[in-house]
Amino acid sequence: MENRIRVLLLSAALVMAGCSSLPWRDEDPEAAPEPASAEDGETPVVIEPQVERREIRPARIDTENWEAGLSVGSLSVEDFEVNIVYGARIAYHINEDFFAEGVFGQSDAGLSSFERLSGGAPLLTDSERRFTYYSLGFGWNALPGEIFLGGRRALNSTVYLTLGAGSTRFAGGDRFTLTAGAGLRVLVKDWLAVHLDMRDHVHEIDVLGSNKTSHNYEATLSLTAFF
Amino acid sequence: MARLLACALLVLLSVAGQARSEGLEVIVVDPFLEMRTGPGRGFPIVHVVERGERVRVLKRRTDWFHVQDAGGREGWVHKSQMLETLVPAGTRMEIDDPAREDFTAHRREVGLLIGDFGGANVITAYGAYAFNAHLSGELAVSQILGNFSDGEAAALGVTHVPVPEWRIQPFLSMGTGMIRIRPKGTLVQTPARTDQFAYVGGGLRAYLARRFIIRAEYKEYVVFTDRDENEEANEWKIGFAFFF
Repeated sequence: MENRIRVLLLSAALVMAGCSSLPWRDEDPEAAPEPASAEDGETPVVIEPQVERREIRPARIDTENWEAGLSVGSLSVEDFEVNIVYGARIAYHINEDFFAEGVFGQSDAGLSSFERLSGGAPLLTDSERRFTYYSLGFGWNALPGEIFLGGRRALNSTVYLTLGAGSTRFAGGDRFTLTAGAGLRVLVKDWLAVHLDMRDHVHEIDVLGSNKTSHNYEATLSLTAFF
Repeated sequence: MARLLACALLVLLSVAGQARSEGLEVIVVDPFLEMRTGPGRGFPIVHVVERGERVRVLKRRTDWFHVQDAGGREGWVHKSQMLETLVPAGTRMEIDDPAREDFTAHRREVGLLIGDFGGANVITAYGAYAFNAHLSGELAVSQILGNFSDGEAAALGVTHVPVPEWRIQPFLSMGTGMIRIRPKGTLVQTPARTDQFAYVGGGLRAYLARRFIIRAEYKEYVVFTDRDENEEANEWKIGFAFFF
């Protein structure tokens, strides 16, 4: 009885071992190359290379097409004296020749000659005297070049022309304004620039009775960073 | 105001100063690379890197790449010479510049237009989102600056492009919005009016270069006033936009 059980178990184990080994051989015929192929003259594959190709993601290159900064300067508001102006500018460099630009500025205009001489009631209230403008437009790097400081140092620079349109809030109303200008950009560092800008803000105004075209010249110095 | 500007300037400079990258090393495949002193064709060539040498790309400005060679010399190289360079893995350096095909397939668009609205000057900023190649939704805000009145308008509309494959695409648009008009009265102060309006229009969009579009359009407006008669106005505008 004991012997018969032992034989049964052994034979079952044998069958299981045989079965489990069979399909493994069928599945992977290349893993164990047949000696016949070696006789044909082909080199037998000894080791299947199991190296995965590494996925290399190169670092993204830092693009610096945007430029933003702040400016300070003087603004001549026609009939209302020359005053200090604070502003901000942002530009997107489309290519080496052209850029799109937005400028914003704020100044407090002074007294007109009429108000000063007549000594009468002021024409405008303090809030109406605040001159705020924005302008959106294009610039053209007309004269790219270099500025030489002594014999060993050169700074990249560009003289550019700008043209834009926007709005000016002054004397209690918003006015459509065209802005034309020219400027010099000097790159102190690769990412840091100093600008010297001259702009003319042209709009129609009727604060002194009749409608007239007013030219408001502005000279600013600004510091901008590329990012 | 001056103090605020000074603070903003400090923040700006510190952020810009930190934003430096390690760079990407590439192998030169063209016969040589010409390194210039500045990012422009007018700047002199001061150094040449030969085929097979490695350079590190530090940054890019418009079509110019700022590179550093093995000897530590720096200069600006044009995109046309960088297109063939290889990264250490042996593949080409990827320069993902938008092209004409992206103009057909793009989803988002932002632009700026100026023109004339019923005799007054108008400045409009708009954003558009394309649902598919033909149909997109648009949101626009306008500032209206006239001799007799000022105002603002905001509009929501749809634009249909019949042939999105063309470089110059005609389009049709319609939508609705709100307009606020403030008459300019020096003697009599007239109150501002806010009314709803609807428009139909059409125009042209043309692919310029890179991600830039030039756009011109004409619209017919009907302003639903609370008076007996509705007001009608027409508007034309031209401007530029970029897609992403």
